[in-house]
Amino acid sequence: MVKKTIHEINGRIRDGSVNVVTAEEMVDIVGELGAEGAAKEVDVVTTGTFGAMCSSGVWLNFGHSEPPIRINKLWLNDVEAYSGVAAVDAYIGATQASRSKGLEYGGAHVIEDLIRGRSIDVHGTSSGTDCYPRKVIDTTINIYDLNQAIMLNPRNSYQKYNAATNSTNHTLNTYMGTLLPNHGNVTYSGAGVLSPMHNDPNYETIGTGTRIFLGGTQGYIVGEGTQHSPESGFGTLMLKGDLKEMSSEYIRAASFEGYGTSLYVGMGIPIPVLNEDIAKATAITDDDIVTNLLDYGIPSSNRPSIRSVTYGELRSGSIDVNGKEVTTSSLSSFKKSRQIANELKDWIKAGEFFVSMPVERLPRDTACNSMKLSSVNPLVGDIMTSDVSIIQAEASFNDAAKTIMDKQFSHLPVVDKNNSLVGIVTAWDISKAVAKAEYDLVKDIMTKDVVTTSPDEAIDIAAFKLDSNSVSALPVIDAKKQVVGIITSDDISKLLARRQ
Amino acid sequence: MKIKISIESSIVTKPILAEAIVETGALLNISQAHFDNTHGEVVADIPSEQFGHIRDSLVKKGAEVVVLDTPISRDEEECVECGACVSVCPVGVFSLADDWSLEVDPDKCIQCGTCLTMCPHNALVLGQ
Ligand code: SF4
Ligand code: SF4
Repeated sequence: MVKKTIHEINGRIRDGSVNVVTAEEMVDIVGELGAEGAAKEVDVVTTGTFGAMCSSGVWLNFGHSEPPIRINKLWLNDVEAYSGVAAVDAYIGATQASRSKGLEYGGAHVIEDLIRGRSIDVHGTSSGTDCYPRKVIDTTINIYDLNQAIMLNPRNSYQKYNAATNSTNHTLNTYMGTLLPNHGNVTYSGAGVLSPMHNDPNYETIGTGTRIFLGGTQGYIVGEGTQHSPESGFGTLMLKGDLKEMSSEYIRAASFEGYGTSLYVGMGIPIPVLNEDIAKATAITDDDIVTNLLDYGIPSSNRPSIRSVTYGELRSGSIDVNGKEVTTSSLSSFKKSRQIANELKDWIKAGEFFVSMPVERLPRDTACNSMKLSSVNPLVGDIMTSDVSIIQAEASFNDAAKTIMDKQFSHLPVVDKNNSLVGIVTAWDISKAVAKAEYDLVKDIMTKDVVTTSPDEAIDIAAFKLDSNSVSALPVIDAKKQVVGIITSDDISKLLARRQ
Repeated sequence: MKIKISIESSIVTKPILAEAIVETGALLNISQAHFDNTHGEVVADIPSEQFGHIRDSLVKKGAEVVVLDTPISRDEEECVECGACVSVCPVGVFSLADDWSLEVDPDKCIQCGTCLTMCPHNALVLGQ
C-alpha cells in the first residue's frame, strides 16, 4: 500500500524531483503500471477545464470618493452590478445584461474588459445620508484603480453536464447553443478525461481551501458550490481568485444567441496522488464518464433523458439518436482544457505552485431541490375553452367562413377523417382567399405548421409559445392529436391581469 | 465560382434550371439543393466565364442569383476552439483536428449564416 503525505510531495516540488502528469497522461500510466505502480511513480495529476460558467462574478471595491457616497445602485458600462453591500463594494455577475446593448454585452464582458485593462464607465446613485452626502457618481476606472477585484464564482466546475438536443420542428437558441430541429445536432460541455471533479469523485483532495488554477493564476476552492448535488453526480464548486492576476487567455466573455451572456472560465485542480485509490480514480477515461442526452424541445426543468451517453461517444463527433447518426459539438474547449492541465503541470514542476489538503471536506450527501412554489401554477387545461368548433380538411371554404362568422371565433382548428389536428384556419386566411378570389377547400388555405399545446402544459409555457411564434391562439390537443380545446392570448392576458 | 440560386414558390414548379442550362450550355455543377413549399435554393459551381450568361438567363426566368464570394472567416483572437460551430454547419466547413484545434475550410461555405449565431465568442463573420 502506497502512502504519501502532502508534505512529502511539496518537498519534491521544492527540490525539483516531483513527477507531475496530466489526467490524460495518467490513463496510460495506470494502464501500464497498475494503480500501485502509478501511485509510487506519480506525485501529482493535473486536470483542467475551459467552458461557459454562468454562475461567475467579481467583487469590486472602488475606494471612497470625495465627497463620499454610499452607492445604492450601480452600473458598469451600463451593466448593473449589485451594490447593496456597504458603501463602495459591488458584485458584477456574468449574466447581467447591459441596459443599452441587451444580450450582446453583459457582466461577463465587463469582467473581460477589466482583465484587459480597458476603461470602464461607472455610474452610481444614492439617496444620500448625513455621513455619505453624495447622491450621484460618474467616473471612469480600470482594474488598476480598484482596491480589490476578487473573482468569486458561486457555482463552477460542474462535475458533469447534460448533453442537449431538440426534438421540435424549429430551431432553439439555448445556453447549450443553437439546437437544430428534428435532432439536427447534439451539444455538450465538459472536459471528460480532464474534468477536475471526475478525477477525484470522492472529494479526497478537493475541498475548502484547496489551491487551484483559476483564470491563469492561483486561486482557491471556497467550498461546495450552489446546487452541489454529489449524490446524483452533479457536484459543484465555489471558487475565488484575484482578477488582477488573471489573463484573458483563460477568462472570456461569451454571448449565446437568444439567451444572453456567460463567462468562459478556465480552471484546473491538481490532485496529489496520496495513495493508490487516488491513482486509480485519476485513471478515469472519457468512456467511463456517462451523462444524459436531454430533449431541450421540452420546456420544463424536468426534461426527459433520451438516452445515456459517454463522453467518449460525444467526443467521437457523432452519436446515435433514435436510430439516426447526429453530429455532436462541444461548447467547452478541449484544447484549452489541455493547455490548462499542462500549464498547471509546468508551474508545479518549476516549483511555483504547491499542492494543498482541504481544511474541510465537501459535503457528499446534499441534493439539489426544485424551487418551492407557494402558489399553484395554472395549467392550460384550467383556462382553455373546451367548447371549440373544428372543421374537416375536406370541407369547403364557405363552410369555414360560415363557422367563423357564426361562432365569432377567429381560429378554427382543422382535422382529418380521424379527427386528428392537421392545420388551422384563421379569419385572416379567409380574407386572403377572398382577396385572391380562390375559393378552395379548407386544406388548401389552412396553415399546416401549427403550434399546439396540451392540457397539462403550464400557462407560462403556452404564453411563451404564443409570443415567440407571434400567434394569437393555440389549439389544445391530447396525446392522440385530438383537439380538446383552444387557448388564446386574451385568455392568458386576463389570467395574468388577475395574478398581478 | 460558387453561386446561390433562389427560386420563389410561384415558379418553383417550372423547370427553369434545366431551361437555363440548355439555353446557355453552362456547366452548372449542383452541390446543394433545398426545396420546400415556400421556396427553392440551389448552390452550384460554375466556370466564371459562363457566369454572366447563366445569371442573365435565370434572372429573366424570375430566379435570384448571388455569387458566394464572401465565405466564412474566423477571428483567431476571439475563437477559443470550442468546436460549437462544428455541428450546425450544413456543409461541414468546420472540424476538429487530432490536437483539438479548429480547422476551417471556407471553400465549402454556402453562406447560410447558421454558425454566426451559434458561435458564443462572436468569432465568425461572413466575408472579410
Ligand atoms: S464556435 Fe466560435 S469560438 Fe467556438 S470554435 Fe467555432 S469559431 Fe471558435
Ligand atoms: S455560413 Fe453556413 S455554410 Fe458557411 S460556415 Fe457557417 S454554417 Fe457553414
